Amino acid sequence: MILNMGPQHPSTHGVLRVILEIDGENVVRIMPDIGYLHTGIEKTCEAKFYQQVVPLTDRIDYLCPMTNNLCYVLAVEKLLGLELPPKAQWLRVLMNELTRINSHLVWLGTHAMDIGALTVFLYCFREREDILRLFEAVSGQRMMTSYFRVGGVALEPPLGFFDRVREFIGRFPSKVDEYENLLTGNPIWLMRTKGVAQISAEDAIALGASGPTLRGSGVDFDLRRDMPYSGYDNFEFNVPVAQEGDVFARYICRVRELRESAKIVQQALDGMPEGPIKADAPKVVLPDREKMKTQMEALIYHFKIITEGFAVPAGEVYQAVESPRGEMGYYVVSDGTAKPYRVHMRAACLANLQLLQKMCEGKLIADVVAAIGSIDIVLGEIDR
Amino acid sequence: MAPAITDLEQLKGHPAIARLLQWNSAAVQGAKFDHDEMSIYVERSFIREACALLRDDPGCPFNYLSDVTCVDWFPSEPRFEVVYHLLSISKRERVRLKVRLDGDSPALESVTPIWPGANFFEREVFDLFGVRFTGHPYLRRIQMPENWEGHPLRKDYPVEGYR
Repeated sequence: MILNMGPQHPSTHGVLRVILEIDGENVVRIMPDIGYLHTGIEKTCEAKFYQQVVPLTDRIDYLCPMTNNLCYVLAVEKLLGLELPPKAQWLRVLMNELTRINSHLVWLGTHAMDIGALTVFLYCFREREDILRLFEAVSGQRMMTSYFRVGGVALEPPLGFFDRVREFIGRFPSKVDEYENLLTGNPIWLMRTKGVAQISAEDAIALGASGPTLRGSGVDFDLRRDMPYSGYDNFEFNVPVAQEGDVFARYICRVRELRESAKIVQQALDGMPEGPIKADAPKVVLPDREKMKTQMEALIYHFKIITEGFAVPAGEVYQAVESPRGEMGYYVVSDGTAKPYRVHMRAACLANLQLLQKMCEGKLIADVVAAIGSIDIVLGEIDR
Repeated sequence: MAPAITDLEQLKGHPAIARLLQWNSAAVQGAKFDHDEMSIYVERSFIREACALLRDDPGCPFNYLSDVTCVDWFPSEPRFEVVYHLLSISKRERVRLKVRLDGDSPALESVTPIWPGANFFEREVFDLFGVRFTGHPYLRRIQMPENWEGHPLRKDYPVEGYR
């Protein structure tokens, strides 16, 4: 029998349609069908100025918007050859790791809820609420922050922001202990996740998996540590790796990453340097508002950047960052004008979704639910 | 910012270029080193073997395919440029392979026998640009609906669309 799982289904984490050919409870063949959220973002980017593309990037992987921002602005800054001040880089790392915690909390809550542990969902969203308030304090928006700009970050964080982050990070590790108390030793959780949807390291690499999906199979590779960007080489953190390659291994990797991200946030708070938050490039970076209101050159720069954009030298760049889901890459091609010629987003989940066939064929339908949750897909990224 | 190096003579030392030149010097049409990134222009008929060679090279094995995408340079010819981003996990090196294709009925050999992970990426290039990949196990539209006409990411397709 051929059944559709989705596109409207609570366990497919978005509008994913999975075509299942089943024999009783066993899956004979599985084929994901995507494209229900395709909005042509890559085409839209070609019609916008470089700074106008930043809000579009938020909406691609909407659970980690600042990571998307970071990848795009790093790519454009590489094309422009901009040097960033250290405070901008450390702020970016801080917000990026808070975003990673945010995204993993959604993953944990929804994955546990699919498997049946409903309480974990509400616990995770309680912490997520605090982080969303921090994002709102710093940028005005809870989710689609567009906080990073080409050349730095948009605004100085408000007074008292770092104290609020410190207070949140102080109590966060005990919350992770709460989640682990509910799940890691739980016999029902272990029965549902151990040995389920196993994939070997060779298969994962050949199929293009990345992030915790790859590290759960024993491949020790993390772009933040191995090909660092945006000042990540100043931070000390471990990269959790598990060996078994099943749902439980990927779960352990991500839960440990929550703790590692908390460590990075703590280091960023303790060592935050002083200085400007934007690069010194008047033709690219908007001037300070007070200067814009009082100085003629600043007003002219502001006007020209907003109405005409800034021209980026011709060339192409592929910038990859470690998003919570894996290797997120932006391939930006410039032809020398103020609008990008081509922006391509390498979605981590598009490659990770290809693992589904290897993981689920011959297994039970209930394991498909666990597998989809463990890959941690976001349809916005897959479909763009 | 250092200027781009496009002279093949100067870039011969890079492991990927050295390996490809050693195998078949006709396969490499040119190379560019810009913004710390190496791009190699590969002749169309050699792409599958070049990829297999780079994946199995013992010195610097590019065993991970990051991305397959395409750029449309309409109206100049060759119109399409299919771009492969390779990563060597053990050596932390990236390389970009580019294949230039003509505008009328662009076709290329699929690299799915080498990296099964190219499956969805090549389907997306076919769907949005119209480049056919011979040897692909299931070359159908992936983002657009099955009965869509036209290839939206081409430069002669309007941003507003036709609906």
